[in-house]
Amino acid sequence: MAVNTQAVGKRYEPTRYAVGREKVIEYALAVGERNPLHLDVEAARAAGYADVVAPPMFAVVFAARSMAPALFDPEVGINFALMVHGGQELSWGELVVAGDEIMTEVTVKEIYEQEGRGFYIYESISRNQRGAEVVRGTWTHIVRGA
Amino acid sequence: MSQSTSSEIRWEPGAELPELRVTPDRYLTVRYAGASGDFNPIHIDEEFAKSVGLPGRILHGLWTMAQAARALTEAAGGPEHLKRLSVQFRGMGVPEQEIVVHATVLEREGDRVIVEPVVEQGGKRIIRNARAELVIGSLGGG
Repeated sequence: MAVNTQAVGKRYEPTRYAVGREKVIEYALAVGERNPLHLDVEAARAAGYADVVAPPMFAVVFAARSMAPALFDPEVGINFALMVHGGQELSWGELVVAGDEIMTEVTVKEIYEQEGRGFYIYESISRNQRGAEVVRGTWTHIVRGA
Repeated sequence: MSQSTSSEIRWEPGAELPELRVTPDRYLTVRYAGASGDFNPIHIDEEFAKSVGLPGRILHGLWTMAQAARALTEAAGGPEHLKRLSVQFRGMGVPEQEIVVHATVLEREGDRVIVEPVVEQGGKRIIRNARAELVIGSLGGG
């Protein structure tokens, strides 16, 4: 298959995500978190946080909003019928708590072909309302030969 | 909570972190879809999943990754200790079968520890080549 690498380096308009307390709790319950920092606002405040703390993997919830336009960008040209989420890397900075507003910017980092498969690698950088980086993600999507 | 705290773990190469076992129930993928916003029908629609050649509904890879993350943050004593996690998704997890997460310390340099988490279901690895970086010691609240 031939991959189109023209979109490498493309940046997408940053998107804003307001982190809600009940959303954090809903996510924490869905992934089985037992730490009261994620579930109980009083426990979180007693530990010195302003509100419930988002579990680290909650990053995929606020980053996904920014990833969607990048994934569906016709200039990148991913064939979704043959696409799998091949890999994920996340590096965390400041913790995210309910009440934060997170801006995420996505870039096309690499597009290449290997052994008949197309690799589409995006980077997301998420910052809170103080400008502090909260998470950086590397998203690898693989399209089987076509 | 009945979980080991970081102080009970020997954070040295070769050390095993406490095992995490979890069985995703029949409707877990539906709850996770709602919680995460990922409504890909391969996770929530049995007929659709079969129509695209899967054995049935499969788990979200990012939910499975979250189990690895949870095993690490529970072992280290809180979310602030997890600094990096990378995984490759290979194979697939399914609902209603127990998942086991175990993790081994590979390296330590001061307070920074490199860990290899392994996530298995029915004896098969459903996440591969995972690496995590943790900062151990007491970081405290925000």
